[in-house]
Amino acid sequence: MEIIKTGVAGTLESCDASVSVEEHGLLELVIESADSRFAPRVREAALAALAELGVRAARVTVREKSALDCTIRARVMTACLRAAGLEKAPWEALK
Amino acid sequence: MKAKDGGGRTLPETIAGFGKVAAFAGAWASAANRGAPRKLLSAGRPSKLLGSIDEAIRRSGLESGMTVSFHHHFREGDLVVNLVMDAIARAGIRDLTIAPSSLTNVHAPLVEHCRRGVIKRIYTSGLRGELAEQVSRGLLEAPVVIHSHGGRSRAIREGTIRPDVAFLGVPSCDRAGNARGWSGESACGSLGYAMVDARHACSVVLLTDFLEDYPAIPASIGQELVDWVVQVDRVGDPAGISKGATRLPKDPRELLIARRAVQAIDAAGVIRDGFSFQTGSGGSSLAAVRFLRELMLERGVKASFALGGITSQTARMLEEGLVGALLDVQSFDSDAARSLAANSRHYEIDATCYADPHAAGCAVDQLDVVVLSALEIDMAFNVNVITGSDGVIRGASGGHSDTAAGSGLAVVVAPLVRGRTASVVDRVETIVTPGESVDLVVTDYGLAVNPRRADLAAALRKGGLEVLEIGELREIAERITGVPEPVEHGNRIVGVVEYRDGTVIDLIRDVRA
Amino acid sequence: MATLRRSMLFVPGNNPALVKDAQIYGSDSIIFDLEDSVAPAEKDAARLLVWSSLRSTDYGRVEKVVRVNGIDTPWFREDVEAMVRAGIEVIRLPKTEGPADIARLEELVGALERTAGRPSGSVRLMAALEGPLAILNAYEIATSSKRLVAIALSAEDFVTSMRTTRSSEGVELAEARGRIVLAARAAGVMAIDTVFTDVADSEGFLREARLAKQLGFDGKSVITPAQIPLLHGVFAPTKEELRRARRVIAAAAEAKVRGLGVISLDGKMIDRPIIDRAQGLVDLARASGMRVEDKE
Repeated sequence: MEIIKTGVAGTLESCDASVSVEEHGLLELVIESADSRFAPRVREAALAALAELGVRAARVTVREKSALDCTIRARVMTACLRAAGLEKAPWEALK
Repeated sequence: MKAKDGGGRTLPETIAGFGKVAAFAGAWASAANRGAPRKLLSAGRPSKLLGSIDEAIRRSGLESGMTVSFHHHFREGDLVVNLVMDAIARAGIRDLTIAPSSLTNVHAPLVEHCRRGVIKRIYTSGLRGELAEQVSRGLLEAPVVIHSHGGRSRAIREGTIRPDVAFLGVPSCDRAGNARGWSGESACGSLGYAMVDARHACSVVLLTDFLEDYPAIPASIGQELVDWVVQVDRVGDPAGISKGATRLPKDPRELLIARRAVQAIDAAGVIRDGFSFQTGSGGSSLAAVRFLRELMLERGVKASFALGGITSQTARMLEEGLVGALLDVQSFDSDAARSLAANSRHYEIDATCYADPHAAGCAVDQLDVVVLSALEIDMAFNVNVITGSDGVIRGASGGHSDTAAGSGLAVVVAPLVRGRTASVVDRVETIVTPGESVDLVVTDYGLAVNPRRADLAAALRKGGLEVLEIGELREIAERITGVPEPVEHGNRIVGVVEYRDGTVIDLIRDVRA
Repeated sequence: MATLRRSMLFVPGNNPALVKDAQIYGSDSIIFDLEDSVAPAEKDAARLLVWSSLRSTDYGRVEKVVRVNGIDTPWFREDVEAMVRAGIEVIRLPKTEGPADIARLEELVGALERTAGRPSGSVRLMAALEGPLAILNAYEIATSSKRLVAIALSAEDFVTSMRTTRSSEGVELAEARGRIVLAARAAGVMAIDTVFTDVADSEGFLREARLAKQLGFDGKSVITPAQIPLLHGVFAPTKEELRRARRVIAAAAEAKVRGLGVISLDGKMIDRPIIDRAQGLVDLARASGMRVEDKE
């Protein structure tokens, strides 16, 4: 999936994550976690979502407020689809 | 036989059948040493009023290395601790042990006094905010000692904590030191924790912003215990002391937990005429009062008494005749404070009567059921209410272990997951209340009964409730949150957690991250 | 045990704090909402959030329903695809006007079931009736698909179309409620009553819930968890009903043991429908938290 503009999704409410995805030459992922002990889990969830969508080059920032993995995944995917200018998700490719 | 001067008479040194004679030597001659170590500094003076805190510190006999005590009835509105500690620092007094009944977020300025060596040691029930954060990172050489409310009374009576000077903020008092908590701008209701300090400290200084005419009686702290009185602008900020009425939680999750807790208490057969209860100040335990009341109204059941931190909800139940009496060691809101002043069945009790394990009986032992909050509960039902899952101190022991031990049914309520932090875990960060005192854990995902209470599990199942294993709750929690990285602790002991009897139940080590 | 739909809890689809574990409140169904509670700019976010949560969250025994956006909106197809793939059990179609709407949804769902590898017919449907025409078409809608399990009244839009407002007595809804229950019963599907929006007014909610039950509705949609225990209380059988049902079941069991062809109780004959209803009532009592096993 090619990132062609900046896409943001989510909020900074409790249990949510605010994700921004921008054009970038490499894949760069920044995690700002409400609880640092979960930062590795958040990173794993975000990387898995990016891999599932085939995003290989982007600057991705995830600021989260105790969001669960499924929320991280949803917000990362929404931001990516918005940044790729796609209205339809590749459902058949998603697990 | 050497004669002694009496009031102008000559007296023998001893009298057969009477013993040694201490002859009269002037009206105030012996006051300063009577009842040592109690100092009666102001005995015989017509007024105990002093012009400033600085003067009170001078006249109290406070020296470096001594112990000063405070109370926390003003909660987040307390101005006294900071005022007094600033004055003590100005006087150049150092190396103090401070023994407040608890500390809150407003006591962040104490960090500086710790850094500068004014404060050397802390005894307290609770610690929050910046001070707690810094203590957790090794602010003090000596570990902070965490005690329960009952444990503090015991320690003071037994002399483990020996306040040289008690600086007690009171909402009102007269010039002789008759003080009470339910009148004045800074009304806080019961002075139950402060009453212990007043009785056992070597000297007692009252601070007030409302001086009443003598005699301000009935008094919570009697003049016979008080050395000096200082009038200050304000002892407390009403907004921080309490709200008008403690608002019942509206969060559906807390309501769900509360409703389930009351269903379980009912199934356990506790709710019958003459039963007694206490609820904590957390959201779900506050909400439990609401469902308890509804059930009591529906059944026509009346409780004999309610204990502990009293709120507008329990005060209302007293007025409605649903509760026979309130035993109030701490009033959580101004409705409760008003009730204490107005209702003759609303009694103020001190911390000794409330929960002291070495007193000749205390009120918690009479409790049928208590509903308590928790930060963490583990597989052995141990409860942590003092440290967060990140290892940082952010809570209070309070009456948790006292009431859990004393009551017939100890119910612990908590959401299974807060944010992404599990409440039911393998091993709690810090044990405050031992699992042997905890009977039942109620969460939003279901409830678990301590295996020691097979009778209770059977009763709940018979009442149609689904009873889970505590391990099942832990697994559900872990499935939701995933496994966090472990907390990075250092080797320094920054806190010692005392059980109510003075034995050490756990240690708190410094956090690195 | 037969499916109960006493309480169907609406959950705003773009709110992770609410979506993550809405099952804990014990409603019979959760309705993840992609429609009215989600702003147009967030439709994609809500869809992905509900999709992702359904993929990874154990919602237990609670029935998982989604309210997709209406058939004429640009989000409809994508909503349905995401939800069928995510394993949703029931799709609630808002603003259903007639059987053709259900037919369109059914066709889409059938095709998606095949591509997603779900058993044919596993996705059930529910129609929300929100306008005068829909009410007049209630029976045709209720019989439009084998997948259809319930028709529901959605009153907010309905009263606007009827140029009236909602009242506490609910006279403006009397005709619509009556027709929906009639149609549902005639078609053999469930009838679900509309939401009660004043969350602070539990007395008013109870009044409306009792009315719905008396009219014959199977349940109600709710917008706050606090209404769930109230609703289940209203739909719980009385102790007398439960006692009677248990006697019916006991009589049937005894007749079976003794090999009797004709079952009678208190001198009256009992037939199969009476026994089934008695069993359903005992199940309902159990779901309502009543003590069913108690000896009299």
